[in-house]
Amino acid sequence: MIIRTQTDGFIHPLGSEITPQAAYLDRRRWLAHSALTLGSAWGLAASRDAQAAVGAPLKGARSAVSGAIALEALTPREDVTSYNNFYEFGLDKSDPARNAHTLKTTPWTVSVEGLVSKPRTWGLEELLKLAPMEERIYRLRCVEGWSMVVPWVGYSLSALIRAAQPLGSARYVEFVTQADPATMPGLRNNVLQWPYLEGLRLDEAQHPLTLLTFGVYGEELPKQNGAPLRLVVPWKYGFKSGKSIVKIRFTDREPRTSWNVAAPTEYGFFANVNPGVTHPRWSQATERRIGESAGLFAKRRNTELFNGYGPQVASMYAGMDLRRFF
Amino acid sequence: MRGAAASGLVWAVAMLPGAYWWWAALADQLGANPAEALIRGLGVSTLQLLCAALLITPLRVVTGWTTLARWRRPVGLAVFAHALLHAVAYAWLDQSWDMAALIRDVWDRPFITVGMAATLFLLAMALTSWNGAVRALGARRWQTLHRSVYAVAVLAVLHFFWMRTGKNHFGEVWFYGLLLAALLGWRVWRWWRQRQHRIS
Repeated sequence: MIIRTQTDGFIHPLGSEITPQAAYLDRRRWLAHSALTLGSAWGLAASRDAQAAVGAPLKGARSAVSGAIALEALTPREDVTSYNNFYEFGLDKSDPARNAHTLKTTPWTVSVEGLVSKPRTWGLEELLKLAPMEERIYRLRCVEGWSMVVPWVGYSLSALIRAAQPLGSARYVEFVTQADPATMPGLRNNVLQWPYLEGLRLDEAQHPLTLLTFGVYGEELPKQNGAPLRLVVPWKYGFKSGKSIVKIRFTDREPRTSWNVAAPTEYGFFANVNPGVTHPRWSQATERRIGESAGLFAKRRNTELFNGYGPQVASMYAGMDLRRFF
Repeated sequence: MRGAAASGLVWAVAMLPGAYWWWAALADQLGANPAEALIRGLGVSTLQLLCAALLITPLRVVTGWTTLARWRRPVGLAVFAHALLHAVAYAWLDQSWDMAALIRDVWDRPFITVGMAATLFLLAMALTSWNGAVRALGARRWQTLHRSVYAVAVLAVLHFFWMRTGKNHFGEVWFYGLLLAALLGWRVWRWWRQRQHRIS
């Protein structure tokens, strides 16, 4: 007999219960028709669908990691690839999809350095082959109060960490992302210090859910989503998951992270999703799920502690004051 | 009657931004997060109409086109209507009309408190915008009440500024802030010059 517990992750529904993606996507067309019969509506809606351009395929096997497959309706690909915070390409959420085509992703190398016994510079092709690709369906919760459900493709960052062999003195991992003024128009904005820096505690970086991500929706990452490789840490606010990573450094000290430097009272180092810790300017108790079928009038959902990944990750924070270390 | 028809037309034109935002939201033309785009779009339109309303008198004085004075009421009412649409979109789409959550949110978040205060000032002006109200209140008191539009301008810019602080994204805040400062500054300058004339 199978005894289901909280630690099992998510209970699988019947395949027949899942709305086919085509039907799901079609709801917008229905809404556009029924709202008003103005002819332009259709044409404009179609232009957004057109952004679902096809990238090179990158398939992953369904992940067996606990919590890796969220059984919720996927956010449509056109929303995942057109609603992005990637300030290197502009501050507006529609800017990255428009501007990121200038990003040069070949050749691409990632330097792994700092407190490790095997420092080295990896070529992207080597990293693609380091471990088998897995598909993981993660909830993504942005600190701004919206969320998505995204089918990422990649493998646990722990595979790369094992290859680097961290020294006993390594306690944190810093992620340095691309900052090229020639291809990234957003670097002219002084909103943040460039390059965009993020960091994790070593145990967080080694957690199996921490994903080194190369693809989304069965294809290589589009540039606006952080090509050619990014991090995805599903139990933390989205800004912890750096895009277009060029350097991974192991340190003995908590790394300085971009948003924490810019606004230390608003964005902490840990940034674990937590409905109980309010942002100074808005509540974090609820979130708006992007692309929900109820559209404009969809009710906001309650946000869950650790974005619902508590069974997998809460033990890492046992005894810690999550209000102080927000 | 021609005056009333002209006012009606000015009001109808001034209501177009709000009509556009709601149409675009219902027809799914506002991207991945239509609720957020609608709320923000209505906020910016309110600010733009407020600038337009405060531009009428300087324009009348400079051009000498006295008919413009009659535009203030319909444009002012459109400012209030947009502020109301903005507040309704927020209360409905962000708070699902949960009154307890709404009150807590208005109380907890200074930028929303400020926006609500501005809307209440606009409400007071809208309720007293008919001819009878001037007589009922007395011209002096009525004018004092309607000068609160200057407070609304300051509160609206503060609301926008606070909303953008987390991201240091102030380009538009500067634009509307300087525009409204110029429109209020012109009035101070004119008042000061008229006083000088009276004294000498």
